[in-house]
Amino acid sequence: MKARAFSYFRAATIDQALDAHARVGDDARYVAGGQSLVPALSLRLQAPRLLIDITHIDELRGVRREGGYLRIGALTRHCEMLSEPLIAEFAPLLHAAAPFVAHPAIRNRGTFGGSVALADPASEFPAMTLALDAEIEIVGTAGIRRVKADEFFLDLFETALQPGELITAVYVPLFRTGQRFAFDELARRRGDYALVGCGMLATCIGDHIKEIRISFFSVGNIPMRVKGAEAALIGSNLDAERIAAAQAALEGDLAPPESDEVPPAMRLHLARVLLGRLLGRLRDGA
Amino acid sequence: MSGFDQALLDEADETVRVRLIVNGRKVACEVAPRETLVDCLRNQLELTGTHAGCEMGACGACLVQLDGRAVHSCLMFAVQADGAEINTIEGLTESGVMADLQAEFHRRNALQCGFCTPGMLINAQELLSQLAQPSREQIRDALSGNYCRCTGYEAIVDAIDAVAKARSGGGGAT
Ligand SMILES: Cc1cc2nc3c(=O)[nH]c(=O)nc-3n(C[C@H](O)[C@H](O)[C@H](O)COP(=O)(O)OP(=O)(O)OC[C@H]3O[C@@H](n4cnc5c(N)ncnc54)[C@H](O)[C@@H]3O)c2cc1C
Ligand code: FES
Ligand code: FES
Repeated sequence: MKARAFSYFRAATIDQALDAHARVGDDARYVAGGQSLVPALSLRLQAPRLLIDITHIDELRGVRREGGYLRIGALTRHCEMLSEPLIAEFAPLLHAAAPFVAHPAIRNRGTFGGSVALADPASEFPAMTLALDAEIEIVGTAGIRRVKADEFFLDLFETALQPGELITAVYVPLFRTGQRFAFDELARRRGDYALVGCGMLATCIGDHIKEIRISFFSVGNIPMRVKGAEAALIGSNLDAERIAAAQAALEGDLAPPESDEVPPAMRLHLARVLLGRLLGRLRDGA
Repeated sequence: MSGFDQALLDEADETVRVRLIVNGRKVACEVAPRETLVDCLRNQLELTGTHAGCEMGACGACLVQLDGRAVHSCLMFAVQADGAEINTIEGLTESGVMADLQAEFHRRNALQCGFCTPGMLINAQELLSQLAQPSREQIRDALSGNYCRCTGYEAIVDAIDAVAKARSGGGGAT
């Protein structure tokens, strides 16, 4: 199928993009990597009158340290998560998740900002912003604000973004000594969306967990932290008993929706298996 | 300061001029904004080596190099590529950069109907530019977005593996 006719505007600045969107309203769409939007247009799931290309806006580019954070520009491509040394050093969880995002050629164009804005509950990066306690920087006609990932994902494909607003960057607290991370997902085939996926970041004192944030994706309408499981692990050295307690807590943390493909009980089971594996890796320092 | 002209909205069905460097040559095309890059390459520039399969990013038949990186030409509109440098399988063949890969695909029967082959080659070329000696598992992983209905992949993996070894001086492409 082919997209319905639309007009195309290439914005050179954030102001131009916001202004064009404000003038056209609901009938306008921003396009970044286009790796989700273009197929949606081709399938006519969406039919905007205006496409605003934001990929030439320099202000949305770049990865740099800023205070205690790594500021990752919205236009950072998925492939840069693998090649950018600052990300490998200061946001290694994103580096670990990136090879699981689609296929190489899609990673060459898809953007971090686009992935977070779309907030697909099966996507890796939105869930990892939760595990990382990241902050999303948003700009609109009213100015700039920063929203914690915990408050950003509201419902299926629904986020704290208001119509016309742009994500400019994501701020990720710098990875520190004493922290550990782990990521993995279970998929039918490499490159496919996960049946269940999980990433975690722990702050340790010696071998004991002082703080841990665990985020699942593909288990509900939004990426989800599992606070019951997190609580079960605080203070532990990840011995078998505590891992089992965390696995058991998932029952209360997750309520996978009905689906033809994977029944909720099976998804919950896969989540437990995955959690056990990742906590084992965290313990063994892998 | 906007740059956005409201009258643009009434011109959705009209064509706009895009300038590209395709296979080393400067070209200009008149395209409707809704026209994908793969359609522009095939229909306007008559470069039919780039194939359109699923047109949804799933099969990899439409891969081209855009500013040096493999991308799906079905997942972007030609207007988005204005100003970009594109190499298709025709240009890459002409330049000889992947002659060894092509010969090896041929020699090992890594293609049958050939529909997937241009995309496979472009993907393989990109893989080998990043990883000089990929394992078979890494080769399979890199090809996970390229569908082939004919070969069962084994011969494709063999061919890429052999070229990787030959290029990094280990022999093997025999
Ligand atoms: C075959 C295939 C497999 C895939 N597999 C995976 C996978 O396994 N995991 C995964 O996570 N993704 C997957 N994807 C999706 C891909 O990763 C996309 O790149 C990503 O989801 C969206 O990023 P984008 O930059 O391409 O956004 P676009 O498609 O350009 O935009 C997506 C949405 O976000 C909005 N948007 C974009 N940028 C901004 C911004 N800065 N501010 C506000 N709004 C913005 C757009 O208006 C649009 O509504 C797959 C895609 C395909 C085609
Ligand atoms: S035609 Fe582009 S991926 Fe199938
Ligand atoms: S050779 Fe026929 S699809 Fe691959």
